[in-house]
Amino acid sequence: MTTTELPPAATAPPRADQPDRPGRRHDRRRAALTGWLFVGPATLIVLGLSIFPAGWAFVLSLEKWNGFSAPEFVGGKNYSRLVTDAEFADAVLHTIVYTAMFVPMSVLAGLFLAVALNRRIRFIGIYRTAIFVPFVASAAATGILSTYLFNPQYGLVNNVLQRLGLPAQGWLEDPAQAMVVIAIMSLWGQAAFTTVIYLAALQDVPGELIEAARVDGAGSWQTFWRVIWPQLRPVTVFVTIWQTIGAIQLFDLVYTTTRGGPLNATRTIVYFLWDKAFRSLDFGYGSAAAYVLFAITLLTTIGVVVYSRRKNMEAF
Amino acid sequence: MTVDTTSKAPKSRPSGWHLLLAPVALLFLLPFLQMFLASVSPASELLKFPPPIIPSRIDFSGFVTLFTESDALLWLGNTVLVATSAIVSHLVLCSLAGYGFARLAFRGRTVGIFMILATIMIPTQLLMIPTYLLFSRLRLIDSLGAAIVPWLSSAFGIFLMRQFFLSLPKELEESGLIDGANRWQVFSRIVLPLAKPALATLAIFTLLGSWNDLVWPLIAINNDHAFTLQLGLANFQGTRRTEWSLLMAGNVVATLPLILFFLIAQKQFVATMTLSGLKG
Repeated sequence: MTTTELPPAATAPPRADQPDRPGRRHDRRRAALTGWLFVGPATLIVLGLSIFPAGWAFVLSLEKWNGFSAPEFVGGKNYSRLVTDAEFADAVLHTIVYTAMFVPMSVLAGLFLAVALNRRIRFIGIYRTAIFVPFVASAAATGILSTYLFNPQYGLVNNVLQRLGLPAQGWLEDPAQAMVVIAIMSLWGQAAFTTVIYLAALQDVPGELIEAARVDGAGSWQTFWRVIWPQLRPVTVFVTIWQTIGAIQLFDLVYTTTRGGPLNATRTIVYFLWDKAFRSLDFGYGSAAAYVLFAITLLTTIGVVVYSRRKNMEAF
Repeated sequence: MTVDTTSKAPKSRPSGWHLLLAPVALLFLLPFLQMFLASVSPASELLKFPPPIIPSRIDFSGFVTLFTESDALLWLGNTVLVATSAIVSHLVLCSLAGYGFARLAFRGRTVGIFMILATIMIPTQLLMIPTYLLFSRLRLIDSLGAAIVPWLSSAFGIFLMRQFFLSLPKELEESGLIDGANRWQVFSRIVLPLAKPALATLAIFTLLGSWNDLVWPLIAINNDHAFTLQLGLANFQGTRRTEWSLLMAGNVVATLPLILFFLIAQKQFVATMTLSGLKG
């Protein structure tokens, strides 16, 4: 990406052999003023609400503080406490379980839906709309819908199961199933995202490649695996990273369905940090958990990028 | 270019893909269908087993209760206010900054844009606690200001606008500058009118994000006069678990505007999402 747009004369540093024209310094000051008038307000807001709080969060993570009394510096204690905290370990485990369910499901569903939607048949517009429209539903709305649809007593899902002669399930009220329901409903809301990315990628596959495969006598299955799929690999790496980052940060849907229950089975890392900071008012401990979350996100991203580079599937 | 991997079948022949796509599409629409039906069902029918698929009569009492016994109308107003100010502020500030970073040469430009891009890596969860503490010192907590301020601008918005302005040919502006226009005039009269697609994209993103935001209002607002609709809904979820017709009415009020907006702006929407994925 190039950023130099100005004629070379304006950006070239003043050279010793060039006489400094009068008013040049004035010009530069004027340019700086114009520039900062344009970018200043937005930059101030963005940096003020991110860099500054991020630094503060680090300081907080080294303190014991409830927001009222004087903060006490405890060094790495919050971090060492996290390592031995069984509750945090549980939250990490639940987050991993959810991520392991949601990410493959959403990538596969996106791929499948994109392939299915990428053709010119009747009603294709309606099909696309149907799959895209849940994307606009909020976590609160999706959460409320989930508790209704998966209600063990009168929910639609159990109703359908019974009509099919299958046993009713506890769903969100069953510790073993609650996370599955949350993953399914996340998929409902998020399928459009991976689908749209895959759709765009499919349309970038050169038509000649597909033609050539056809001419060589490949069936549509073979064409897909041998010709189209390899072209989709960078996009697959991208959506995997993106969805993983999102999955690690799961909170909204947990809050609006189970509030971490039943029996704490759906308490995730973010739920844990929210609970510590805003319910137990342990701001230092919550901040430490937030930094651990940041580290996990960063390591995951780096891991996937390195892995894909090794495999020659560059996405970035 | 569309890749048609199915067959050489002419367009008119019914495709086997319908057998696959129709049930999938129905499955995706079913939760919404239930939501609308439940919102107009008599409350008693929602607790029956098995519940009737179609309500025996249309009953708007859920909506009536929602608007008379709760502050839902106020919350809706709050949400509209938050979303509107978010969109207006995003459009103004991010397009100015995006243009500045793309086209103006000034000291600190590279450092500025680099730092803004770096903030995209910081998860919002890391910022929740110190932002809460900061806002409580600014006495913004429990007021609508708490919901509005974080949505005034975003790194993503600046980045999106900058990418767009970089892609515009410079010649357009140069002619303006030669004719004696200043930077502001070039920006407002020549560049901005060309930026409509990018601005629409930014507006859609900002609308979705600010309208649906839950975590931040949940943390920052405990005073139910400053609730947003999402927060009010989430709160119902805790306190009025069994009043399904009311809950679903709330869901309809919170979701319908976005669904309608989606149907109108579908094309731009899909382009927006693609952009978010490939360039975010």
